[in-house]
Amino acid sequence: MKMLVCVKQVPDTTEIKIDPVKNTLIREGVPSILNPFDSYALEAAARIKDKDPSSTITVICMGPEQAKAVLKESLAIAADKAYLISGREFGGSDTLCTSYILSEAIKEIEKTEGKFDIILCGKQAIDGDTAQVGPEIAEHLGYPQVTYGLEAFVEDGMVKVKKEVEDGAEIIGIQTPCVLTFTKPSFDPRFPTIRRKMAANKANIPVLAFTDLPDIDPEKIGLKHSPTHVKKTFVPQKKTGGIKIQEETAEESAKKLFTLLSEAHVI
Amino acid sequence: MAFHVYTEEQQDMIALAKQFGEQAVDPVIAEYDEKGEFPEEIVNTGLEMGLQSLDFPEEWGGAGLSTKTACVTFEELAKHDTGVACAFSVTGTAIAPIMKYGTDAQKAVVQKKIFEEGGLASFCLTEPGAGSDSGASRTTAVKDGDKYILNGNKIFITNGGYAKLFLVIAATDKSKGNKGLTAFLVEKGAKGFSVGKEENKCGFRSSNTVELVFDNVEVSEDAVVGGVGNGFKMAMYALDHGRPYIGAVAVGLGQRALEEAVKYVKERQQFGRPIADNQGVQWMLADMEMQIESARCLVYHVAELIDEGQPITVNGSIAKCMATDAAMKVCTDAVQLFGGYGYMKEYPVEKLFRDAKIFQIVEGTNQIQRMVVARSLLK
Repeated sequence: MKMLVCVKQVPDTTEIKIDPVKNTLIREGVPSILNPFDSYALEAAARIKDKDPSSTITVICMGPEQAKAVLKESLAIAADKAYLISGREFGGSDTLCTSYILSEAIKEIEKTEGKFDIILCGKQAIDGDTAQVGPEIAEHLGYPQVTYGLEAFVEDGMVKVKKEVEDGAEIIGIQTPCVLTFTKPSFDPRFPTIRRKMAANKANIPVLAFTDLPDIDPEKIGLKHSPTHVKKTFVPQKKTGGIKIQEETAEESAKKLFTLLSEAHVI
Repeated sequence: MAFHVYTEEQQDMIALAKQFGEQAVDPVIAEYDEKGEFPEEIVNTGLEMGLQSLDFPEEWGGAGLSTKTACVTFEELAKHDTGVACAFSVTGTAIAPIMKYGTDAQKAVVQKKIFEEGGLASFCLTEPGAGSDSGASRTTAVKDGDKYILNGNKIFITNGGYAKLFLVIAATDKSKGNKGLTAFLVEKGAKGFSVGKEENKCGFRSSNTVELVFDNVEVSEDAVVGGVGNGFKMAMYALDHGRPYIGAVAVGLGQRALEEAVKYVKERQQFGRPIADNQGVQWMLADMEMQIESARCLVYHVAELIDEGQPITVNGSIAKCMATDAAMKVCTDAVQLFGGYGYMKEYPVEKLFRDAKIFQIVEGTNQIQRMVVARSLLK
């Protein structure tokens, strides 16, 4: 399997600072990490590679020069190759523009690396929380997609995805090439190995700039051409936690509910 | 806090050890401590990462880092658990003489079993009647054609129940004391070789400490490491290599105790203000920091000497002794600063205090270290 994982560098905090004028994130001074959902996508790819060591994992990231850190981290964990997509022309892109740039970059990388069978993404980034970029990449490329994946495997030559649904999970077979997005699985992603980490630090990461994507339409990228604009960003008020009643039997649960309601003088 | 300049590589290793410690060790280690159980799953994760291979050459499957970088890594690991840190550091101690003096065939065994497959190793010197006095070893290796037959018991062996390779020091000529000792590379599963009693310890309880029994264990003469009669030299090389490791583990342990204490004295209110406002408490904290930082400098210096290929026997003893004495004192003071809570298992310093004591004893008691230092002055 030839796999490509899309990753994003995100600020490592829930209390992110926001530029009050532009309504965009202030990234300076905030420690950055590999988006956790993307690390699950990388782990899913790594697990496919564990079973079939002839598989390859390429990882891409759109962002400034400093985003190379998450690419190096991905190389240390499991990836074989990494590309940074970076340029002023891409700045301020919303999800539609971002996914367009990423899909154009994927096509460009495929010219040298060959076609990818599976494109894996985290279901969303923990900063923007839109969960749009993965599905939009699938649309731009015209690929089928499965979202909310927990793990993926290859069985009888077919890619199968365990997908999270409200009451459990379902397993979906999908033809390649395809796009899969991942949510948090029950297992932890692997740690980088020391040898891989040392090699990753020395790795040369090619940068794809605007001029390296000859087929890209400049009218579809950047802040100016983004159809959506952030009007306001704020930290939501924390909801107070409810009470969960989960006794051994339904009868006991009902009794507990009754006690609580009568104690609160509701009934 | 005292200032150090770490290379980019060292910063990376500290970050990696921290990530491993926070994610894999911290959430579950109290349970292993309580049960006195070896955290096999955690250690296996560390082995997959290569924490046993830090300062061994890349050509033989190691990570190719410097001894100093290995030390800063062990220091960070020890902040999370000394038992876990020592599973890896003791493996390094055991294989060091093999990687230095062993044959290519022996190095290849280490490469495969320890680095590639991810295994632990044990250093087997101590016996019931031979602690500091290694020349009194009763485990014998008797030559029989092209083989040696090993008989005897080793005790207090770290990693013993889980290791894949064992560096065993046995007497090939009892009449010669230390000069009659020889080191052997013994693999797990050798016929007649078994794990005996597992010790129930005061602290350091996540570390596996067992007795090993050799009952007519046959090993090939190719298993001799560093030549017949050089067992004492091999053991000393292993221990010399391990001195900064143990020192670094002690520094990490002390650092953790200090950090816990600092956090607590700022939170704990008595007489209407944090106890950190008391000068008496501040002086204790300053002394703790000064002891840890002094020890750290000594440990790093020894590591740098090793990296430069310099002899470290005296410096190693000084660093091991100072670092482990500092850890004991700092952990004791941390309990004191926590007051009654410090003595309770609910708070973290109680475990650190129990863990600290062993380091004044293992890999050469601090009395033996002082003997080494004194001897160097008087010779």
